[in-house]
Amino acid sequence: MNESTVKSSVTATTDSRRAIMDRLRGQVIDSNPIPPIDTSSLTQFDDPLAVFQQNLQAVGGESHLVDRPEQVAEILLGIDVFSSAEQICSLVPDAVNGNVDASAVDDPHEFAPLDWTIAQGQFAVAENGAIWIDGATLPHRVLIFIAQYLAIVVSRSQIVSNMHQAYQQIGNIESPFGVFVSGPSKTADIEQSLVLGAHGCRKLQVFLLP
Amino acid sequence: MKLPIVDHPTAAKPFVTNEDRSHWHDDALWFVRVKRDRQASSVPEWEYLRERASAIKTHTIANLGDYLEQFERNATARGATVHWAADAEEHNAIVLKILRQHGTQRIVKSKSMLTEECGLNPYLENNGIEVVDTDLGERIVQLREETPSHIVLPAIHIKKEEVGQTFHTHLGTDAGASDPQYLTEAARNHLRNKFLAGEVGITGVNFGIAETGGFVVCTNEGNADLGVSLPKVHIACMGIEKMIPSLADLSVFTRLLARSATGQPVTTYTSHFHGPKDDNSELHIVLVDNGRTRLRGNDTFRPAMHCIRCGACMNTCPVYRRSGGHSYRATVPGPIGSVLSPSRDAKSYKSLPYACSLCGSCSDVCPVKIPLHHQLLAWRGELVGNGLLPLSKRVAMKTASFLFQRPGLYRTAGSMGRTALRVLPHFVTHNRFNTWTKARELPKPPRESFRQWYIANRGNPQRRDSVNGNATTHANTRSNGDAS
Ligand code: SF4
Repeated sequence: MNESTVKSSVTATTDSRRAIMDRLRGQVIDSNPIPPIDTSSLTQFDDPLAVFQQNLQAVGGESHLVDRPEQVAEILLGIDVFSSAEQICSLVPDAVNGNVDASAVDDPHEFAPLDWTIAQGQFAVAENGAIWIDGATLPHRVLIFIAQYLAIVVSRSQIVSNMHQAYQQIGNIESPFGVFVSGPSKTADIEQSLVLGAHGCRKLQVFLLP
Repeated sequence: MKLPIVDHPTAAKPFVTNEDRSHWHDDALWFVRVKRDRQASSVPEWEYLRERASAIKTHTIANLGDYLEQFERNATARGATVHWAADAEEHNAIVLKILRQHGTQRIVKSKSMLTEECGLNPYLENNGIEVVDTDLGERIVQLREETPSHIVLPAIHIKKEEVGQTFHTHLGTDAGASDPQYLTEAARNHLRNKFLAGEVGITGVNFGIAETGGFVVCTNEGNADLGVSLPKVHIACMGIEKMIPSLADLSVFTRLLARSATGQPVTTYTSHFHGPKDDNSELHIVLVDNGRTRLRGNDTFRPAMHCIRCGACMNTCPVYRRSGGHSYRATVPGPIGSVLSPSRDAKSYKSLPYACSLCGSCSDVCPVKIPLHHQLLAWRGELVGNGLLPLSKRVAMKTASFLFQRPGLYRTAGSMGRTALRVLPHFVTHNRFNTWTKARELPKPPRESFRQWYIANRGNPQRRDSVNGNATTHANTRSNGDAS
């Protein structure tokens, strides 16, 4: 593409910005400020852990209560697709010893043959079985999506009831990436039959440490 | 692009007259509607959330200029490049320019109704770029050279046997295979290679957050994430109405969206993007107007800008469920599509506000409380005012008005009609001039009119006394009901 076309296109987007703004500013619409949220009208769970486990199961994930990080590896070794896995990337080394050092990898395409990712979750949400993963804990964000199987380790003392509390917990978003994961990747695009393992992980294991 | 005028009844005919398919489609969507109901009723504060979502949207749309500027400022500070597109052509040109700058041959795209609205796929393909839609449903319709028939469930109109046939042709799956698990696995493997070969990832945007300058993309398959976390360039295409002020507001919408859309508590992946992946990567955000500021300028239809594209109004709509999404001939079909499309081009889409029984179910389920059926009714008024009422309806309305003003004539016509319906042969009532009888039989007309019945049964003053005013009250209620 030559210089002049690039330039004209840049002008176009600046002109359009002005035109859009003019149209928006040209029409003054009265509105009220948004009232603060009434937290008393939001459901809080007495036992968020139980609700989380129930909802995680409903969205196709499996949860395990563990007391020590080492138990994570013990449980995983009882799962065939883990014991036979060739490439495991663990971001939680005190729980699982991986054999793929993600921080040594430059190009995320190299993770294509990855069997497992073991990730650290920051907290979980009871109402929908979601777990927040801050991108800062991921050397490459693709690790969450490209592995055939995903395990997330999260503390069970870090479970909030709902999404309002979840965003409060996040506070200011610092990382360029962050994701709520709720269950394994899934689709129902063929006649509404639910199939687990669309493009992301086929199964999700969640380990709940104290 | 000159669009032919859409006549919904004609466009719906093949679907409606295929009774098995129409019922099957109806059931598939009703299943989703039931799942939505279960989720909605499991959240005690559901109505409070809807109120709030509506208030947030009303406020944001009113102050859209400020929020867009705030968004742009914060997104830029985080290293994203913000582009502005006044219309579809400009949107497409901006995307192509970015692709050209990177010498891109192939892109992977996750579902985005905006790029569909802008016709991005054919535009890029005409410019020699391979476009792979990665959402499974979108990929199915793409391979079949169709368009999505639903904004959340793009392939809801296609049977699994047909998917099997498509995959057999394009992906080499076994002939006759129709097991969804097997077919999904085949698509997974096929798309994996496409993901790995994609040079640029394009996504839509579910919510843009002014306060943080970031945006959120919601998927179940993880296709958006896989598509943009491998290549160095991510282009996010965003309609300007997707803006919300803050993360606190986002909590309301993440609670409503998936529950309303598919009856899940939340989508599997709710990804938050704030700036490029790393120092070697780029994040481009294209903000698109394409008629949205005009819609905002319209006091009657402005609430249609609240739409978060959950599809709940389609899943519940009795007309949509039976006539299929393609009958609307619009990117966004169903109730909200029938509001949005005529605002884009009243003449071409004038029949859509009539593809509605005014049952109000869409307004009941809409998570952002758009008064959809009121808007569809308002559109009808507007179309009459603009002289855009279809000829068939114009003639019928004129005739009805003429008759209603002449009670004697009305009575005679009624009596003639009742007799005629009884004695006329089928071919006279069922022909191409009577669209009403396309897929239904006419009711057997009663021998007497209501008026005749009333005079015989209630008109007798003695009898009226004997029932002690009850009949009068009843009759009043009825006439009030009719008049309203
Ligand atoms: S109009 Fe309401 S129900 Fe319909 S898609 Fe938009 S948000 Fe959903």
